[in-house]
Amino acid sequence: MNKNYFEILRAGINSTFQDLGRKNLYHIGIPFSGAMDNRNYLLANKLTGNDLNGPVIEFAYQGPHLKYHGDKINIAITGDVSFKIKKGDNLVDGECYKSFILENNDELDVISTNKSVYGYLSISGKFYLEFQWSSCSINTKANIGSNNGKKLSVKQKINIKEINTNYVNKKLNYSNTKIENIRVIKGTNFNYFSEEGKKIFFKDEFKVSKLSDRMGMRLEGKKIENIVDTNIRSEGLIRGVIQVPADGNPIIMLSDHGTIGGYPKIGVVISADYDKLVQLTPGSRIKFQEVDLTSAENLFKLYELETQNLISQI
Amino acid sequence: MIKNISNLGDAALYCDFGKEVNKEINTQVIKYFKTIQKKNITGIINITPSYNKLIISFDLKKINFNKLKKIIDNIEIIKLDSVQNKKLEIPICCEKEYSLDIKRLEDKLKMKEEKIYENFFEKEFFCYMTGFIAGMPFLGDLEENLRANRLDTPRVKVPKGSIGITEQFANIYTFESPGGWNIIGNTPLSIFDSSKENEPNLINPGDLVTFKRITKEKYQNYHE
Repeated sequence: MNKNYFEILRAGINSTFQDLGRKNLYHIGIPFSGAMDNRNYLLANKLTGNDLNGPVIEFAYQGPHLKYHGDKINIAITGDVSFKIKKGDNLVDGECYKSFILENNDELDVISTNKSVYGYLSISGKFYLEFQWSSCSINTKANIGSNNGKKLSVKQKINIKEINTNYVNKKLNYSNTKIENIRVIKGTNFNYFSEEGKKIFFKDEFKVSKLSDRMGMRLEGKKIENIVDTNIRSEGLIRGVIQVPADGNPIIMLSDHGTIGGYPKIGVVISADYDKLVQLTPGSRIKFQEVDLTSAENLFKLYELETQNLISQI
Repeated sequence: MIKNISNLGDAALYCDFGKEVNKEINTQVIKYFKTIQKKNITGIINITPSYNKLIISFDLKKINFNKLKKIIDNIEIIKLDSVQNKKLEIPICCEKEYSLDIKRLEDKLKMKEEKIYENFFEKEFFCYMTGFIAGMPFLGDLEENLRANRLDTPRVKVPKGSIGITEQFANIYTFESPGGWNIIGNTPLSIFDSSKENEPNLINPGDLVTFKRITKEKYQNYHE
């Protein structure tokens, strides 16, 4: 059977397998899913010499505490994460964006993400996983994906199918930056809101609420008043759409979002800012800043160039 | 026909078929959806049909709004085989613990509970689309007198199997999820099954659905 595996001593708050997600399923109600912070996901895979679209473990806030059983393997963690590696009586402080060797009986304790939400753990090899609609991504709400669509739990085993034995250690100099200004394009229902409401949306601060998860980020702030209709005909949604229900508090759709919604769309977060948006912890204060389509497209090109540049440095 | 195409953010097309919601317009939306799906256009990630809109999201690394808009503007609709619509009967229990918003609806609609249910169970519904959460059917059309807005603040958790109504539509929460519809009952039937990758949805667009009231006892002992 599987001689290489992790034993889960502590599962962490929301530890799941993720990859690039699922396409072409919105019409039956299945969201995109996939790693929330795409750049850190890709970097994790590159650091352990995997295909860039390979499965990794995503964790939120507190990560898993794992005990490793098997042949020598390399691991890497990306994001802004504190972790420790225990080798016998030796406790080593972990460093993000750097690969580490794990040997039989070593422990990896992913203590917490620092001023961010998500972190990524990859191995130099392949996890033993089941795929649904060609993706391992776990959607805990619909119970879709590997591990029966459930988050990892304590005492469970994470089996490893194969280890890349030709692996050499890798490192990248990179640190995540935080943003407070989220750039958005006006939404299709922007004119549903009062002049005062529109002003509040682009001038005032909003606080990220505790009621935020992989589906959506709820914000709190001054009420954004709707003067047309607080409902629209239910229609398709995409990642980054900002809906405002009747209570006037915006909700931003994230990777596991419902595929259809009936609240007016005041704006859409630009693709270039998505990775940084999802990393905002509850209590963070943000502002929205308007950009037009051409600028958004150019900003995405820059983001993509920077990502490719980081990947090529590894 | 598409009346207008605009951008929804930087990575999606928002195709508007007008304000009306009826089966004819919905059929147009479905035709576009199936045509675009068949053409396998590079860069398209998802196509979401709804009552009178079609949203096409794409990979900004492969294509952009203006290029894709040009393609969609000039697309020729393919002929579709007519499909036999399935007829389904969904059992629901309307006891207090399952009909979370019935009292609220009595106030909103100014109608007694018994009358609300009477009207609801008489109706044969048409499935316009599925989505929001996996497999959730959007069923129309409710009679004028049963139309109510969503909750002001959506619930963080709506129980699995809940039947909700809002405006001219009814839906079924295929699993626990956030949501803002007015909940009037719950079904023990499994509406979505992810182990069937080819046909995970029990109810699909075009199907005809009626609801049947069952007792709490029957609900609790229900076997599919």
